[in-house]
Amino acid sequence: MALEIDATESFGPKELMDAIWSSVLKLYGEYGASRTGLALIDCNAEEGFAVIRTVHTAVEMVRTALASITSIANKPAAVHVIRVSGTIKALYEKSKH
Amino acid sequence: MKRMYADLHLCSNLKDSEKIPRMIGKASEFGYHLIAISVPSNFAEEKIQWLKSLCREADVDFASRVDLKPRTPRELINSLRMLRRRFEIIAVACESKSVARQAAKDRRVDLVNFPSADWRRRFFDKAEAELASNGFAFLEIDAKPLLTLEGPARIRLLSSLRREVTIAQEFRIPIVVSSGVSEELLMRKPMELAALTSLFSLDEASALKAISQNPLTIIKRNREKLDPRFVAPGIRVIRRGKDC
Repeated sequence: MALEIDATESFGPKELMDAIWSSVLKLYGEYGASRTGLALIDCNAEEGFAVIRTVHTAVEMVRTALASITSIANKPAAVHVIRVSGTIKALYEKSKH
Repeated sequence: MKRMYADLHLCSNLKDSEKIPRMIGKASEFGYHLIAISVPSNFAEEKIQWLKSLCREADVDFASRVDLKPRTPRELINSLRMLRRRFEIIAVACESKSVARQAAKDRRVDLVNFPSADWRRRFFDKAEAELASNGFAFLEIDAKPLLTLEGPARIRLLSSLRREVTIAQEFRIPIVVSSGVSEELLMRKPMELAALTSLFSLDEASALKAISQNPLTIIKRNREKLDPRFVAPGIRVIRRGKDC
């Protein structure tokens, strides 16, 4: 999933993933979180762009969790999904467009 | 055909003349076709025109909306009498059971909203749904509390929403999902709003209808009624003159 991060202050990759994990955990618990297979592939904090990987069966769960993020490292932020793709190569190609 | 999305509940601070264009711009960027900004009942017509022009510049359709918070059914009836012809959307924030019942049965009300997170103050039960099913009121669910609440408060809210959605579907009350936010960072794309509805078990097809078809139905119906040529549903003035 290609993400656009709208934040008032800068953040690091770890802080972004902490916010995503925290949101998934709050909504779906540890059992649900264990089924998402979340991993950070790429993060460009300056451009507010990130790519994460998740199993295709958990895309809707992760989309919901991302939509419910309101802060990263206790600073107001929003995470929007730009694209979802089956392969990372296609994701980058689609995101460029 | 491409689906058109609408967010019927943006509540920006209308005194902040910088924030409103930013929020409108963001709504356009997110792919909304239509937005409604909640304004006070005494909001000047020129200011509504100003909001319309801002939306036109951002290529978004604008609908005027007023949120009523009456304390008694009588107060609601009086407000509706004064405001129905001025606004395209009338939403009623139901903070008491008697107001909720009146709002559900009054055909001038477009949206019934239950702003309280406390389940004891959410009055959308089967009796309310029965009344609403004979009127025109849609059930409005705001996404804002889903974003701002945490822990037990959000758990209880989700439980209430799940029950309300089941009742609404049983009585065929259309649901409208809106953002209800006043901050840019709390605004969400249409598909993100639809994703959030899965938290209270609204199926995907109904969620998409709640952010596109249902809100647009209200707007279409009310614009037709507010048109000076409107006489009654299905009847409108086509031509005036002695030869008619």
